Amino acid sequence: MPTIEDYGTFETAWCPGCGNFGILNALKKALVNCDLAPHQVLLVSGIGQAAKTPHYLRANVFNGLHGRSLPAAIGARLANPELTVIAESGDGCMYGEGGNHFLAALRRNLDLTILAHDNRVYGLTKGQTSPTSQQGMVTKTQPHGAFAPPFNPVAVAVTMGASFVARGYAGKLEHLTGLIAEAIKHRGTALVDILQPCVSFNRINTYQWYQQHCYELSAEHDPTDRDQALRVALEFGERIPLGVIYQTQKPLFEEQFATLEKGPLARQEVSREGLKNIMQQYA
Amino acid sequence: MPQDIQILIGGEAGQGLVTIGQLLSRALVRSGREVFTSQSYHSRIRGGHNTFALRVGDSFAAARDSIDILVALNAETVELHRGQLTDRALLIADATLTPEMPGAIPVPFADLGPEKLWNTAALALLGRILGMPEGSLHQAVEALFGRKHPESLEENRAIMEKSREWAKAHLPEHDFTLADQPAANGNLLLTGNEAIALGALAGGLKFCAFYPMTPATSVVQELITHADTMGCVIEQAEDEIAAINMALGASFAGAPAMVATSGGGFALMVEGVSLAAMTETPVLIVVGQRPGPATGMPTRTEQADLELVLHAGHGEFSRAIFTPGSIEECFELTVRALDLAERSQSPVFLLTDQFLADCSRAVAPFDLSTITPVSPGADTNSVDTPYRRYRLTADGLSPRLLPGFSEHLVVADSDEHDEEGHLSEDYDLRRAMVEKRLGKLELLQQEATAPTLEGDKEAELLLVCWGSSLGPVQEAAASLRDQGRRVATLHFSQVWPLLPDQFMDILQAADETVCIEGNATGQFARLIRRETGFVADHRINRYDGLPFTANYILEQLKNQAVA
Repeated sequence: MPTIEDYGTFETAWCPGCGNFGILNALKKALVNCDLAPHQVLLVSGIGQAAKTPHYLRANVFNGLHGRSLPAAIGARLANPELTVIAESGDGCMYGEGGNHFLAALRRNLDLTILAHDNRVYGLTKGQTSPTSQQGMVTKTQPHGAFAPPFNPVAVAVTMGASFVARGYAGKLEHLTGLIAEAIKHRGTALVDILQPCVSFNRINTYQWYQQHCYELSAEHDPTDRDQALRVALEFGERIPLGVIYQTQKPLFEEQFATLEKGPLARQEVSREGLKNIMQQYA
Repeated sequence: MPQDIQILIGGEAGQGLVTIGQLLSRALVRSGREVFTSQSYHSRIRGGHNTFALRVGDSFAAARDSIDILVALNAETVELHRGQLTDRALLIADATLTPEMPGAIPVPFADLGPEKLWNTAALALLGRILGMPEGSLHQAVEALFGRKHPESLEENRAIMEKSREWAKAHLPEHDFTLADQPAANGNLLLTGNEAIALGALAGGLKFCAFYPMTPATSVVQELITHADTMGCVIEQAEDEIAAINMALGASFAGAPAMVATSGGGFALMVEGVSLAAMTETPVLIVVGQRPGPATGMPTRTEQADLELVLHAGHGEFSRAIFTPGSIEECFELTVRALDLAERSQSPVFLLTDQFLADCSRAVAPFDLSTITPVSPGADTNSVDTPYRRYRLTADGLSPRLLPGFSEHLVVADSDEHDEEGHLSEDYDLRRAMVEKRLGKLELLQQEATAPTLEGDKEAELLLVCWGSSLGPVQEAAASLRDQGRRVATLHFSQVWPLLPDQFMDILQAADETVCIEGNATGQFARLIRRETGFVADHRINRYDGLPFTANYILEQLKNQAVA
């Protein structure tokens, strides 16, 4: 049985009080709850403060380019279906720079988990608005306030037919741990949008703000009812629902490749006989 | 003199001219003959002026500008190509379109069958002119329609029969009957892109991600055709950025991986090239060039992305760029490029162009027994514990383990990183890592292919070229040698890394040098100058969208008073 110690502790580059600490702890606990050892896990991230998370626990890591965690995660998963693949990045990386990949990944439905640290601001580049910033948010680069309304990743995911859509909050450790564990166990692409305060650059959506606005979905919410899920997903303002918003079972993208039933591509030999027959087709 | 017959079939897209061109080529190759085919098409599905050129008689590697047999499926073809006809030429066209001229064959197509089958009628006439055995074309038609469209087979057979009957009575005298009947030799008819796909499969490719782009799409199309048999995963990505990042993710996880694209798509992949270098992830990048800038001429050819590929990616790192000059090299160099990418843990390029991608030739079957497919990753037992993915070594190469295959953890980072792979801003470490990555150049240099010299080293005229221009350049050289000139060719099938020791003596030994390349500014001539200080005496550049031909080169040499 893996333990939380197996995942180690590391010094981080995060500000004291950063929401990332809660997410990192929840992730480690969820991995242990899922009975996964570090070498069975591949964390794929982009660039940003959130994207540094994979460096702060023991696991396989591919820390790639800004916005590109999902395509790299998809490639890795298609090369080795035995890996538990988690794409982890912030709102700017996942929904801004990587927006096209986000849409395409939800449609594909590979067996992978998307953890989006959503602090609704750019931290690493020091405080510009992000795709999820609150309308009117004033920053040095948006002196007249953010003009566009925020991107709603959860509602988009429900409409794209994602098979698991959840929203968590970095300040509710146990609840978040449960959501991440469910997302990892879910067979299909699972999105967990994780609200988090940014103590340095987001003076609007603070710990207090989230405490006031977030509530946990009750048992009455039926996550298998897509219409209901969409209504809940669109609720984002005075009240913000947390929990599993939508879940369904869909065919896995990987299943269309018969060769993946045989395991990782790296272990599969090149068939010289097959190659000879192919060559003869050009004669 | 060996026979040399240039056939051109022209018409609109959708008239089936490529179908009959390919049927004829395949039938000729099956009967043991050499053919060279090339295509010219517009970026549209219907209409436009398209041609399929087929040269038969000897072993050619380029088309000829002049035409011996013109098959015109529409009036425009007659207008556009009449001026290229040789004195002995035949012109096959519908009776209503045929001009009064020697060699004109006005065919009453309407009497032979319905319009949709006129291409098949033309095919039968061509077979008759070339003196092909009746069975060979029948077999080819059967192979095409037999399986998928048995109902079409009957009507195609009928019109072929009728056309041959008509030909017996109406064909004029000509000298295009193929002499001597060679024995079938088992040769393959392959395009450049098909050869690349076969090379990739033979070399152990397991993953390819792509976004469709002419002229590279057909590489991936071939891979997809054989993916299930060969156990490959091929994925159409949402864009080129996704494609290269998927390939890198797959390669990191152990699948030998490639992408294939053209200039515009490659421009989108450039940050990924840098990522491959920084994370030391093997990847094969196939770039089929077409004229730019921007969308340029999507279905035409050019060699103007050499500098783009040479410099693509921010920061400093090593790479290798192969530039095949023939169908055989498309296969061989793809095998080598995959292997070198794995061994150097670097991005390796295969740079071709539309001309080479779409042209086809008869080639001997490849010897698969000499090829060892890529074996990704190092032996798990060969590494120290704790495992360090980027352990500093003398040659810059650290054992590459695959994630999930052992309890060793594999950490890769696009940030500068320490030996374990975790991000670091330590200055001494930074210097060591830069040197580590650049140190891999030594392996790439050891493996660099020397350029090929054909002809006397002390030539009076040396024609220097790279990539797809090899065929036409060699033909031009042969023609000059026939005139008594001492002419040699020097072809680079790898343009980076360049090792001056491999070719400086050859450049210096020639009285005069001409650098021939399909771009306007002489990118390769400039690269040689940059690396060696050597300045070619003359340059021949073509940048109208069309491929080189021997005739074009000879005329340019004449204009520049070199020959």
